[in-house]
Amino acid sequence: MTDTRHLKLRVNDREYERVVETRLTLADFLRHEIGLTGTHVGCEHGVCGACTVLVEGRSCRSCLLLAVQAHGREIRTVEGLAAADGTLSPLQQAFWETHALQCGFCIPGVLMTLTELLAANQTPSEAEIRERITGNICRCTGYQSIIEATLLAAERLRQGREVA
Amino acid sequence: MKPASFTYHDPVSIGDVADLLCRHENARLLAGGQSLMPMMNFRLVTPDHLIDLNRVEGLAGIETRGNVLRFGAMTRQRDIELSAQVKQFCPVMQEALRHVGHCQTRNRGTIGGSLCHLDPSAELVNITALHDGTLHAASRRGARRLEFTEFATGYMSNALEPDELLVAVGLTPWSPHHGYAFVEVARRLGDYAIVGVSAQVELDRHGAIRRAALAISGLETTPVRPALAERGLLGQEPSPAIFRAAAAEVGKLGAMSDAYVTAAYRQHLGRILTYRALERAVARSYERMKV
Repeated sequence: MTDTRHLKLRVNDREYERVVETRLTLADFLRHEIGLTGTHVGCEHGVCGACTVLVEGRSCRSCLLLAVQAHGREIRTVEGLAAADGTLSPLQQAFWETHALQCGFCIPGVLMTLTELLAANQTPSEAEIRERITGNICRCTGYQSIIEATLLAAERLRQGREVA
Repeated sequence: MKPASFTYHDPVSIGDVADLLCRHENARLLAGGQSLMPMMNFRLVTPDHLIDLNRVEGLAGIETRGNVLRFGAMTRQRDIELSAQVKQFCPVMQEALRHVGHCQTRNRGTIGGSLCHLDPSAELVNITALHDGTLHAASRRGARRLEFTEFATGYMSNALEPDELLVAVGLTPWSPHHGYAFVEVARRLGDYAIVGVSAQVELDRHGAIRRAALAISGLETTPVRPALAERGLLGQEPSPAIFRAAAAEVGKLGAMSDAYVTAAYRQHLGRILTYRALERAVARSYERMKV
């Protein structure tokens, strides 16, 4: 007996429709059903943060959400951060410049977490950034440059706002 | 790793949830999913029916009813953390929420989920005990109110019947000048606490303590309200000596022990965190009375 549902949702501004098993997690849906493998799956029980995506602008663990729960919702994944022409988001650009990634496995989740932070707060303190990334485990322990990158991106976002 | 098969239900009304609970055996309610989903991924929990509460109308939101702050069971922890109403009337809750998981889990996690799961170290459970909170349950048989002490029956166990769901929790805010504090010790921020202590005090116009409450998590399977320590504070002028006396009472309480943390260490933490919580609560009370 397989329980399935028809599912329709938007991921990175594109609409997708699939029939899926109700026990499928959103993380597995993104990776296996629609091929968005940028979202990484680490622990599959909500501890590591690698699978973090934005649902209606809010960060959450996609391994702890069923795909059916995202029906009708707006999802953003790491693939949706850069512009269509490939221009990196200010946060991604800052990660690039400050070498804020080593192996990179945790980074999709880290970027989504910090994208949410910067959307609400463009003057985060170092302490606020550190507290926010407690939910993302980086086993290269590259946190210092992740923090530097976030501060740099915040500064550029503030400057951009002044220019505009 | 994925959950075992189940039949998924996404009702939109409390009545429909109650019907589903009557009709199905081995059904589980899914709130924020930050504890149930990991357990299902590990297949520690394998419900035949999963009843998702996330599309039910009227289960989320914070409102004042009379002198009670009422939280719908599906109110997200993050919304409580950011609520201006909670900041004004029940600030200790926001201090405690900082220790609840991480921003990503608080975005989904709910107050009702935390209360029903009833982890011994859960911060929102502690805050509900501190306020002598009232829990509102519903079923096809009707509505029912439970005091926190009736609701929390033991280790991760609550008094809800299989056909009941938690609808809301009501906390009665203290006077506007009350002092408050929540402190805990965990291995890392966001980890399960080893011991957590909340304290609230109200001072009279002579500066003596006229009302005091303490709630200690991590000693027993549910939060403890140390009656002797609370009573000993009443009528006293705040001082390190009286904080120490209250802390010493807490240090005498029994405590659990497990493979990682001994009972003696939990008692030690209960004692020193009680001292720190009282000190901070009283300092805040002075500040808030000045303004």
